[in-house]
Amino acid sequence: MKLTLWTYEGPTHVGAMRVATGMRDLHYVLHAPQGDTYADLLFTMIERRDKRPPVTYTTFQARDLGGDTATLFQDSVRDAYERFKPSAMIVGASCTAELIQDDPGGLAAGLGLPIPVIPLELPSYQRKENWGAAETFYHLVRALAGSNALPPGGKRPPREPGQRPRVNLLGPTALGFRHRDDVREISDMMRALGIDINVIGPMGATPHDLTRIGDADFNIVMYPEIGDTTARWLKRAFDQPMVSTVPIGVGATTQFIKEVAELAGVDPAPALADKQSRLPWYSRSVDSTYLTGKRVFIFGDATHAVAAARVAHEELGFEVVGLGTYSREFARDIRAAAERYGVEPLITDDYLEVEEAVAAAQPEMVLGTQMERHIAKRLGIGCAVISAPMHVQDFPAAHAPQMGYAGANVLFDSWVHPLMMGLEEHLLGMFREDFEFSDDAAPSHLGHFAGNATATTTPTADGNAAVAVVDQASDEPSWLTDAEKELGKIPFFVRGKARRNTERYAREQGVAEISVETLYEAKAHFGR
Amino acid sequence: MTDAVLQPLENLRAGDNVIRERGQREVFCGLTGIVWMHRKIQDAFFLVVGSRTCAHLIQSAAGVMIFAEPRFATAIIDDRDLAGLADANEELDREVSRLLARRPDIKLLFLVGSCPSEVIKLDLSRAAERLSAQFMPQVRVLNYSGSGIETTFTQGEDACLASLVPEMPASEDRSLLVVGALADVVEDQMQVLFDRMEIGPVSFLPMRHANALPAVGPGTRYLLAQPFLTETAQALDERGASRIASPFPFGEKGTTAWLRAAATDWGVSEKTFDAVTRPARDRATHAVARQRELLAGKRIFFFPDSQLEVPLARFLAEELDMELVEVGTPYLHREHLAEELALLPPETRISEGQDVDKQLDRCMADAPDIVVCGLGLANPLEAEGVTTKWSIELLFTPMHGYEQAGDCAELFARPLRRRGLLAV
Repeated sequence: MKLTLWTYEGPTHVGAMRVATGMRDLHYVLHAPQGDTYADLLFTMIERRDKRPPVTYTTFQARDLGGDTATLFQDSVRDAYERFKPSAMIVGASCTAELIQDDPGGLAAGLGLPIPVIPLELPSYQRKENWGAAETFYHLVRALAGSNALPPGGKRPPREPGQRPRVNLLGPTALGFRHRDDVREISDMMRALGIDINVIGPMGATPHDLTRIGDADFNIVMYPEIGDTTARWLKRAFDQPMVSTVPIGVGATTQFIKEVAELAGVDPAPALADKQSRLPWYSRSVDSTYLTGKRVFIFGDATHAVAAARVAHEELGFEVVGLGTYSREFARDIRAAAERYGVEPLITDDYLEVEEAVAAAQPEMVLGTQMERHIAKRLGIGCAVISAPMHVQDFPAAHAPQMGYAGANVLFDSWVHPLMMGLEEHLLGMFREDFEFSDDAAPSHLGHFAGNATATTTPTADGNAAVAVVDQASDEPSWLTDAEKELGKIPFFVRGKARRNTERYAREQGVAEISVETLYEAKAHFGR
Repeated sequence: MTDAVLQPLENLRAGDNVIRERGQREVFCGLTGIVWMHRKIQDAFFLVVGSRTCAHLIQSAAGVMIFAEPRFATAIIDDRDLAGLADANEELDREVSRLLARRPDIKLLFLVGSCPSEVIKLDLSRAAERLSAQFMPQVRVLNYSGSGIETTFTQGEDACLASLVPEMPASEDRSLLVVGALADVVEDQMQVLFDRMEIGPVSFLPMRHANALPAVGPGTRYLLAQPFLTETAQALDERGASRIASPFPFGEKGTTAWLRAAATDWGVSEKTFDAVTRPARDRATHAVARQRELLAGKRIFFFPDSQLEVPLARFLAEELDMELVEVGTPYLHREHLAEELALLPPETRISEGQDVDKQLDRCMADAPDIVVCGLGLANPLEAEGVTTKWSIELLFTPMHGYEQAGDCAELFARPLRRRGLLAV
């Protein structure tokens, strides 16, 4: 049993719903108690979908438990088939139905419907949403395309002369972080390369499309959390190689295009010639100098977190001071990346732990999920959202991909703007401190004055972290008045760093009270 | 699975012919009530003992509230608890101890049962007793079930309040108890009106603080402020209290009838009643009239959700001249709603329970002007060109009483007004 106030991932059956809702002509019958229908609103409210998810819930109640829930389930499957006439169905149980052990797969098979009915077993008490989505997609593909598989160890015949290369795009679902826009971006890229798209799945695919998934020459795994299991099976069953580089950022996009072109046997030049990314020039232009060494803390699903770290480090010149994920299945990728940037990897699904890590790392910027956005707001730090879980703001009206060269533009804008806003805050704060102004009021858009982050006593989710921050502050060396005054003379844009370095120096040297001398000794020590 | 017991047409009253349906119910479970109940009892903590689904439901329903300082959480049961590798009771005790150590401000802890905890028969009442013995007098620990297999949406509030009733101190004195969570501002308005009529002492359940549990006994007369409090009423009856039957305090007429029921019981003269209520009644009438121009003659369809449907339909028909196409309710409590049903147009189509696909078919065929429904249905209906009002807002917006009568009407007018405004 684990106490939680908030979760990064929903239950496994919500993952299955993301697959079903992304697809067309598929229906999901979920054995679930009354109340589990709340999941519909994730799609209709957060994603603003104009249709109900293709899900029928049995919504059993206590009175049904004494009777025959198995018959209720069978009736629901039959009614759903009659009403929606899907070309395939998936059936499964939510957490409560898993406990009553009705065997949805067996019951549905017993009905002898004239369509494929694919049973899902998604252990709700061990696994979570992304795993549920991955498993659902894998079972669908396996059930629908399995009969066309090559014999074990079989080799793909070479492409017919004159036949254009074909690819599957794997991983996009309903309720995915910018999946809608990334699919468009990657599709345009394939067009530029002269590669035909065989199947995009789950998003937009019909069960019939999945039966011919083996026709492609290779696979692109857009979102490994969801597409990797399927891609690995396709590699074995159809000898389809896969591209696992995730094209987020300019460097990764270029690398991705080259890998794709090589697998497809086409010239990468048309896609590489795409000049629409302004990121490289914007990042080189002199006004971006102030981005140098900005301390960023990164947390999200593994794919987006690893990609963000690379962009932050290589393309914006930030310093990665924290890197973590809630995707335990992909912890290895995060560990490898964390080693590259010399930070401790943080693998957790407890947001209080993340909050503590953010506070300890003292970043100037957080790249995270909606939860980290709130953590950053409490700490007075700028933040950009890079990953699910989804929020209505993560479905912007404008085309805003994360992938490809256009996606890199989106990253530049959405990551740099919070920092510029922060800079404006500092400027306002600085002018406000001038003799002409006597207003002590803090600038407001980040909640409170950003420079006060370490002394923050704002109540947090459970009051715990706030205490931790205060405790930590009380261990800090104290500033003598003169030193504090001297610190105030240091230009605002390096003041925070000067404060941190001085305190670190004082701690290391065992100095309890910081004097003007300590301040300058620390400056000399750190050389800045 | 629809059956209607037909009555002869003469002497027909609303509620005689009810469509009863059993199929997919597109409703929240009782856990959702935590979202407003924790705002009301300011030093209570709600600990759901459930699954990841429960946690996910609450964070989805609570929205940004979750980022503030929530006084609710979920103890997620995992496979170790199920496999018997861990003693679920020990695990629960440990989590509660940690929680209370971290939150010294908490004076009342509700252990809230869920579908999984009910199915595995985790005995939360024993756990509550055990933990109460450990943490009293600092913290009282109670339990109730908000599970979807036992409660629909607002029934979670009912179960929560019912769990408080046995804890209420006993008193023989005559008093008035107002039952059902109301916004503080609404409570204060009502208190003033009762005071002016010299009705009292008046107390409210739920109370704002854990240590302010009202007293109850044979002298207690209670007024229900919400129509979904079946279990709570029963528990109060068992304590010797008796219910003052009345319509619910929505709109000018509903509020007047509700106050009058108490006034009659207290022997307040008609003259005093009129003098005390007149200014507020006039304001309410005026405020409601401002919305009537837009709402009169408009056809409204209620999907079942909160059990507020019948009283609200009565208000909209009686005071705003709206036409009731269908009034769906998850559960029709004939006794508590008797006064309401008597005020509804006799031919009103009432449905109890739900088969959501069939009801959607009926709704589309009826083509109402506005549909009251849950969040899962709202955007899909809007996309079909149907104007909707989300029912969850009916629980979060102060709507009871005179001063809110205009707001209550405006809730239904706003979606129509917006649709009229938009040229896209």
